[in-house]
Amino acid sequence: MAGIIGYGAYVPRQRIKVEEIAKVWGADAPSYKKGLMLEEKSVPAPDQDVITMSVEATRNAIKRAGIDPKEIGCIYIGSESHPYAVKPSGTVVAEAIGATPDIHCADMEFACKAGSEGMYVSFGLVTAGLVKYGLGIGADTSQGAPGDALEYSAAAGAAAFLFGKDNVVAEVRETYAYMTDTPDFWRREYEHYPKHGGRFTGEPAYFQHTLSCATGTMERAGMTPEDFTFAIFHQPNGKFPLRAALKLGFTREQIVPGWLSPRLGNTYSGASPIGLSATLDVAKPGDTILMVSYGSGSGSDGFVFEVTDKIDEVRNLAPLTTDYLDKNKIYLDYGTYAKYRGKIRKG
Amino acid sequence: MGLTTARYWREVPQRYRMEAGECTACGEIHFPPRRICMKCGKQKFETVVLPDTGKVITWTVIRVAPDEFTDLSPYAVCLVELENGVRLMSQLVDVDLDEIEMGLPVKIEFRRIREDGADGVLFYGYKVVPA
Ligand SMILES: [Zn+2]
Repeated sequence: MAGIIGYGAYVPRQRIKVEEIAKVWGADAPSYKKGLMLEEKSVPAPDQDVITMSVEATRNAIKRAGIDPKEIGCIYIGSESHPYAVKPSGTVVAEAIGATPDIHCADMEFACKAGSEGMYVSFGLVTAGLVKYGLGIGADTSQGAPGDALEYSAAAGAAAFLFGKDNVVAEVRETYAYMTDTPDFWRREYEHYPKHGGRFTGEPAYFQHTLSCATGTMERAGMTPEDFTFAIFHQPNGKFPLRAALKLGFTREQIVPGWLSPRLGNTYSGASPIGLSATLDVAKPGDTILMVSYGSGSGSDGFVFEVTDKIDEVRNLAPLTTDYLDKNKIYLDYGTYAKYRGKIRKG
Repeated sequence: MGLTTARYWREVPQRYRMEAGECTACGEIHFPPRRICMKCGKQKFETVVLPDTGKVITWTVIRVAPDEFTDLSPYAVCLVELENGVRLMSQLVDVDLDEIEMGLPVKIEFRRIREDGADGVLFYGYKVVPA
């Protein structure tokens, strides 16, 4: 059965604390920390973007899979912050990992769901036998407008997953997708920052789709929350995934390894994929994992994974997700952060 | 000024994948790849991929940068010796400039090298970060 044969994450070293942002805008830091359960977020360096982070995450995935990159038959990078408006990110990444020219490539976009889409399609092509290995990546360096609530959470990171049929680390046992037209968050062409529907982003959007997709995925798999070792939900802030988990009947313990947003922020297309990578880092053979992404607009992709004996062999072949999260952090003040993110207008 | 798109594109194998040329006669590894071996003068090479870790041999801090890099200054440029002995020049990033020292373990990371203005091509390649 097809599944993940290699995985890898990447998170930039720079961080900014919620207090540092709140100080500048005269906002109430405790309300963000308690209300949205956010402590700090990652910030890309000026020379980092979706392409560079995708390359690093993929190199880690290849180290774990131990495959020849020339045999990767498709690459799908999901992001809402591709560096070019026109010109694929995937071509650069495929070239950097040595997977060109016999490879199918498309950049995906669906707000925060684009990363799991690349995984979904890669898994499908591998299952169908059209490619030997498929590569799905979720990566973002998203921005919130200065002073907007999104500025406290919009973070940077990437995770990459290689799918194949041999030496599988985590089998895909079930997939399901749930989608409706719900305008909760959007960005029009040529606009710098996205707009959102405030409270409308909660119940009819994030929760409706995440809970429906999770329920649908479990029904199809014939499983209930007690059957899972771990679960990962999209994490636009610290609070939403915890609430979704508890509503569905999962415990806090089940989501802890992949619940990264309080100290990472929202990595958009990278969010649930990086959560999955962190969960695989601690998973044992036989563990079952539910992953549900969410992308505004709106939709969710659901996956059920079953971890194999192979996990113990590959785990330490590349840096762990928590190495990136907790080691060698560089804290920025708001001025440096604003400069790094191009928020300062020069003439 | 600087890198043209055509030259950047020709140099993708070395800039993206750290591909070097190993002389089939004497084994000397050249990075960037060359046409003629500096050591024995022969002209046949095999492509080898360089290791992604090494250490700082020496470094300098650029405080007055060329125009297109002024936003990044001050920044460090260093000579790195990779695990197989091959040496290369690279920008050293994600580092506190006061903490750079000889022998500092570093690793290669894929980064944006420069951009051709706000509407031009983005150039990618390697830089080093503390390991
Ligand atoms: Zn020679």
